[in-house]
Order: sequence, then C-alpha cells, then structure tokens
Amino acid sequence: MINVRSLPRLLAWSEGPPTSLARHQALFGTSFRPQPLNELQQSGLLGRGGAGFETFRKVELLRAQRATHKLMVVNAMEGEPASRKDFKLLTQNPHLVLDGAEQLAAMIGADRVVVCVARDNARAASAMNQAIHERQRLSLRGPDISLQTPPGRYVAGEESALIHWLNDNEALPQFRPERPSILRIRRHPVLLDNAETCANVGLITRYGADWFRSLGTAAHPGSTLVSLSGAIDAPKVMEVAVGTPLRDILAAGRAEAAPQALLLGGYGGTFVGPDALDAPYSNDGLRPFGATVGAGIIVVLPKNHCGLLETYRVVRWMAHESARQCGPCAFGLPAMADDLSLIVRGGAPAREALARLQRRTGEIEGHGACRHPDGVVRFVRTALQVLAADLDQHLHVGPCAHLGNTPLFIVPALEQEESLEWS
Amino acid sequence: MVLGRHGTFVLQVNPILCDGFGHCAELAPDLVRLDEWGYPIIETTPLSLQDKGALESAKYAERGCPRQALRIRRKLD
Repeated sequence: MINVRSLPRLLAWSEGPPTSLARHQALFGTSFRPQPLNELQQSGLLGRGGAGFETFRKVELLRAQRATHKLMVVNAMEGEPASRKDFKLLTQNPHLVLDGAEQLAAMIGADRVVVCVARDNARAASAMNQAIHERQRLSLRGPDISLQTPPGRYVAGEESALIHWLNDNEALPQFRPERPSILRIRRHPVLLDNAETCANVGLITRYGADWFRSLGTAAHPGSTLVSLSGAIDAPKVMEVAVGTPLRDILAAGRAEAAPQALLLGGYGGTFVGPDALDAPYSNDGLRPFGATVGAGIIVVLPKNHCGLLETYRVVRWMAHESARQCGPCAFGLPAMADDLSLIVRGGAPAREALARLQRRTGEIEGHGACRHPDGVVRFVRTALQVLAADLDQHLHVGPCAHLGNTPLFIVPALEQEESLEWS
Repeated sequence: MVLGRHGTFVLQVNPILCDGFGHCAELAPDLVRLDEWGYPIIETTPLSLQDKGALESAKYAERGCPRQALRIRRKLD
C-alpha cells in the first residue's frame, strides 16, 4: 500500500509500463471516503491546469445546474511544449486520473466521462485507451468513459476550444463575455478539469483532506507535478510539495543552480530573476514576483544563453499557434515576433523595435476572445524586465556573445500554415 | 429630477466576429480608436447611462457594425 506520509503521491510506483487496474487497486486501495464532496471542500485543492481555480467551487457551480445529463471532461491536452506532466500521469498512473474523474462525475451527477488527449500524443492516448477498456471489462458500475483525440494545437487545450471541438469538431476558442460561464456539450453542462487535478481528487477521496493538506501551504495545499527543462541534463517531471523553495526544486532536479532567469508557468507565463530563487513554489509565494505556478512548468535559463533569442523563438511559435480568429492576435503576435527578431539583432533598429513592441503589447492585451495573446504579452513584458541587462547590451552595444549557443527552450518546428489541423 | 435610467454601460466587441471594418471608430470616435491593423480599442471604463451623447454614439456604432460584432452592455443600478 501507498505510504501516505511521503512523496511521491501522484507518481507513486510509477516506473515501467502503465500501472494495470489490479496493481493500481493493490497499491492505492479500493475504499473511498464516505463523504467525498466534504473531503474535496476541506482539501482546498486548486486546479492544476494553469488558472489555479478552486476545484470545489467549480464542482459546486455544476452541482447547482439542473439537467438530465451532465458530463465530466478530463483535459490532458498538454499543449505547452515544455510540459510533460499529463503525459507522465497518463503513461504511469492512468487509473488514478480515472478514479478522480469518476469521483468528480459522481459529485456533480454526470453519467459520462470524456478524456481528451492530443492526437499527436499517441503513447498517452493508447495508455489511457487501455486503462479505459480495462475498467469497462472489470466493472459495470460507474459512468461511461470514452477517449477523444482532438488536434494537438496550443490553444486546443483552452477550455472553450476543447468544448467547441467536442461539440463541432473545431478546436477554436470561443468568445465568452460573462465569466464564470457554464460550459456545455449540446445542452448538457460540463465540468472540465486538468488530468493532474483529477489524479489529486483520486487521492483526496481515498485518504482525506487532512492527509492532502499535510503537504503544501495553507492557501495552496498538496503536492504538484513540475516539468523542469532548460539548463538541465534532461527534461524531467518531478513531484514536489507546493511551497518548496525554487532553489531546492532546481537542486533536486540537478538543474543549473545559479541561473540567469527562470520561466514559470509556461509559454504564457512569467520570467523571474535569481532574486526569486528563495521564494516558495506556490501561488501565494510567487505573487510578489507577479508569477504563479501555472501549469507547473519551470524552464531554467543559464547565464551563457541569450534570453531574448529564446523569447523570440517562443513568441514566433506562439504567433504561429494563434487560431487567427481575432485580429489583434492574428496580426499582433507575428508583429511582436518581428520586433523581437530586430531586438535580437541589436543596434538602432532594435531601439525603434523596442518602442514599437512596448506600444503593441498595450494594444494587444485583452483584445482577443481567449487569453492566448494576453499570455504572450505577459511572457514578453516580463522577459524585457528580467533580462534588462542583456536587453541593454543588445540595444546599445550589439548582439550578445551567447547568440551562437544551441537554444534551450523546447519549441516545436513550425508547420506550414495550410497544414495546421484544427478539426 | 433626472430623467432616464440610472446605471452604466460599456461598448463591447466580439473579437472573433470583428473583421476590422472600422465603422465603429467613425461612428463613435469618443469611445473607439483603432489599432495599427484597424481593429477597435474600446473605452473599457463604464460610462453613465445619463451620458446621452456617449450612449447615442455607442448605439450608432452598435447598429453600424457590418459584422454585428458590437454590443452595448448595460448595468442598471
């Protein structure tokens, strides 16, 4: 049985092939708490998909809906190139994710569970598919579970885009002026949670809220998965207690101990400087630095790399991943990438480009239907702040000496615009 | 006594529908300006419904949008 007092929790016994249902039940047990909803409320679990919204409040919102059918959707799309946590969960402990999804479905009265895995993530999809079949062979109880494989675009994992895909086969974000709004498939209300959130629910409903809160901070309890990449021997996924100082996380992952900067949250996230190394890795601990845990991504930028070049590469890719529905995003993000490329090259054009870039960030932010452009703006703004010394060098002296080094940030190859799949 | 309804309004664009025709900036120049690609940047602070001039131009913009992408959102006291 699982040792309930130490880490790992979510990744317990996660070596080799995906854990089978029999083995999963032997390891984690089959008995759940009598009042799972209470346990979830007491646990104070925050969603692990990026927004960090309290899971219990979402469940309450859905419980209040009167409907003949409701659905539980598990978001394992993982569109962030630097994130591997959902992949890790699905290929190691898929049944833990499904346990949580079934528990959440029972709480809101949903009769169907839909797990969404990006089409190009074949290993995670097949592991999940196998787990679903295993469950349906062995038990007749519980909701109907199915697997869906939407296209692997960055914005396809955004909740309104995912629901739109399930409805109409187009992975495009929707305009939702009123929030929080209830997501619907056909007319049926939907609860949508990240795969790691579901896995946490699978543990909370077994071992209880007090056990869950024995790690983490009061405002941000539990443990969380971190995808660590950048200046490190190999990208890895680790489970850490929320509130662990960033310095300790880097040490545990054997990453560069004295980095130039860290990118937190993802490619719509926040750069922080070395002054944040002693900050606790939690939403409350990172607030003074304007950052959040986000989707649990940490990219380590070492001193001998040009952060502006990395910023340019990421923004160009993010511009390419725009759904091109809204003008400010479709035209603004490529324009920002062009400005950044001029800044990287340095000199007088770079100074003009910087002024233009700063004006553009103000005009683009908040003017898309989804938060994709806002994320890029945050990414660029904090890059310019945190990498100020390097920026100064580029503007007034010329390109820095580190431009020739192999880039570190994981950026997929740009596909032809015509061959981008949205359905 | 002041006539009319008490409350505030904002002009809001659905950016997915908007194709950047730019009529709104001509019909409601006090509320809307255009970015460099011709898409509207709209005043976001709520204005009083008593402000007849602003409300009138917001209505022009709402009706004059060829994509019907604009909506006036009223919040009554």
